[in-house]
Amino acid sequence: MADHAVVADDEVDLSRRKFLTRATIATGAVGAAFAAVPFLESWSPSERTRAEGAPAELDLAKLEPGQMTTLVWRRSPIYVVRRTPDMVTRIAGHDDQLKDPTSQYSEQPPYAKNPLRARTPEILVLVGTCTHLGCLPKQRFDKGELYPSWPGGFFCPCHGSRFDLAGRVFDGSPASINLQVPPYSYPNARTLLVGADEKGAA
Amino acid sequence: MAVKTATGAPAPLPGAGAAASPAKTGFRAWLNKRLPVDEFIASQLTGYYAPKNFNLWYFFGSLALLVLVVQLVSGMFLTMFYKPGEHTSFDSVEYIMREVDYGWLIRYLHSTGASAFFVVVYLHMYRALLYGSYRRPRELLWLFGMLVYLALMAEAFMGYVLPWGNMSFWGAQVIVNLFSAIPGVGPALVIWIRGDYGIADATLTRFFALHVAVLPLALLLLVMLHLVALRQTGSNNPDGIEIKEKLGADGKPLDGISFHPYYTVKDVVGVGVFFVLFAIVVFFVPTLGGLFLEAPNFEPANPLSTPEHIAPAWYFTPYYAILRAVPDKGLGALLLLLSVAAYLFLPWLDRSPVKSIRYKGWMSRTALTLFTVSFVALGYLGLQPAEGLYVVLARIFALIYFLFFIGMPFYTRFEKVKPVPERVTYHAH
Repeated sequence: MADHAVVADDEVDLSRRKFLTRATIATGAVGAAFAAVPFLESWSPSERTRAEGAPAELDLAKLEPGQMTTLVWRRSPIYVVRRTPDMVTRIAGHDDQLKDPTSQYSEQPPYAKNPLRARTPEILVLVGTCTHLGCLPKQRFDKGELYPSWPGGFFCPCHGSRFDLAGRVFDGSPASINLQVPPYSYPNARTLLVGADEKGAA
Repeated sequence: MAVKTATGAPAPLPGAGAAASPAKTGFRAWLNKRLPVDEFIASQLTGYYAPKNFNLWYFFGSLALLVLVVQLVSGMFLTMFYKPGEHTSFDSVEYIMREVDYGWLIRYLHSTGASAFFVVVYLHMYRALLYGSYRRPRELLWLFGMLVYLALMAEAFMGYVLPWGNMSFWGAQVIVNLFSAIPGVGPALVIWIRGDYGIADATLTRFFALHVAVLPLALLLLVMLHLVALRQTGSNNPDGIEIKEKLGADGKPLDGISFHPYYTVKDVVGVGVFFVLFAIVVFFVPTLGGLFLEAPNFEPANPLSTPEHIAPAWYFTPYYAILRAVPDKGLGALLLLLSVAAYLFLPWLDRSPVKSIRYKGWMSRTALTLFTVSFVALGYLGLQPAEGLYVVLARIFALIYFLFFIGMPFYTRFEKVKPVPERVTYHAH
């Protein structure tokens, strides 16, 4: 910037004026960005919503072998299936038809990152929303129910995604990843707690 | 800015020359000193010259404006009875339909108006495709129009959620989940949009605010910019000739006629025909066989029961068919985005030396025909279940849809075009 003393009284120091204008605009823009934060934050789930997202409990004694029940946790339907030994055997043998057989790219807690996608072979816990666009896949547990080689699993009626009895997605489905497994634990032998595990409540 | 009537211009009709001799005394003079009423009429209506060779395709701009007014008025009245909220929305819509005097009429005007909006807007956009109205110097005019279309899509989607029927709920579920395909921030973004871990009360109430306040204001602003940009460049016409390049001795375009009274009167006829068709739908077939209002939406929202078959309202089905044609979520969402965004690039994709399809070559004509067939076919396929032959067809038509845009810089540049006449083609009636 020009030295103040050498500028005559009636001369305008344009570079100084430009600098001040830009500095003012920049300061105003930063202020506006900060002012936007509370408004944007207001869209996040409220305190009440977060409190209502508490873990959900299920009495496993009420679930027959081969039966599925749906509970709600954080507004998501949670599918709980008590798999029969026959159902468990039907999970193996079709890995070559799956998009992600080892659950490499799918979302699940570490204890469900195995071929059966569960802590114990018998109980399967899945988030019952299709990983494509969130519809509810329907149960098609019987062998051959959809087509002769169908090993049993889930079928999404919206866009035709297919999953096996461990919630793993078949090739040719619009869904890219396996059905999500929520965090869950067994506080005692007959109780399932969805939304909480050793790491604490999700 | 008074209108000068001179030789060559059409004979002045009553009303057309009103601004030519501004009143010096009386109320009008008092008013004009304080508000430029006459000046506005002279510059925007009587002194605004539009090409004289407009055809049927030129009704849909003014009709879109008309439907906007229908939607604003019927929508304002609906907000007086509608109660947003997961326990109140569905019941309040039923209350409007059954117990508010003429509530059924106001609601059917609004629901039919939504579809009518897209009918006229699609025809309006198609006119631009036919006659190259998006070409230089009208690029910004086209972009503002596209922004109106995008805002309208958001407006229609959120309005569709408000009755909180089961299709409202699951439509919202599917559309909002599209954002989860964005790498990294996707899942967090979806929770932020919903304000909950699923589509819930928080989602409904914010969609209501967006639908009745934020988006209508944005729409009005964008429509205004669209019209201001139109006044700056002037209308294109079926011949794609710039009428401003052939001026008469009076400085007015030789092939232009004043917007008022000529086109205002013509548009009023269009309004009459439109309202007859509109009324037939509103009074006799408001659901139009499930196209304008879908059957599952007469059941309350149920987060634990997906309708057997989810399809969006008909005006979104071409894009929806493209989304479903792709067996990968991220790529499907990306192609959906591109299929809508492709129109934004039209002014720069079209390299033809002529604007109008009348003078373009056989390649452009074939491309536009195939595109038209694909768009309609995708619209049909988007309403069908995503299985078997439907998916195969959707993939073929989606490919043609994109080839229309991708190939445009090539087929428009290398084809042989017909000579464009000096003056517009016009046969006096």
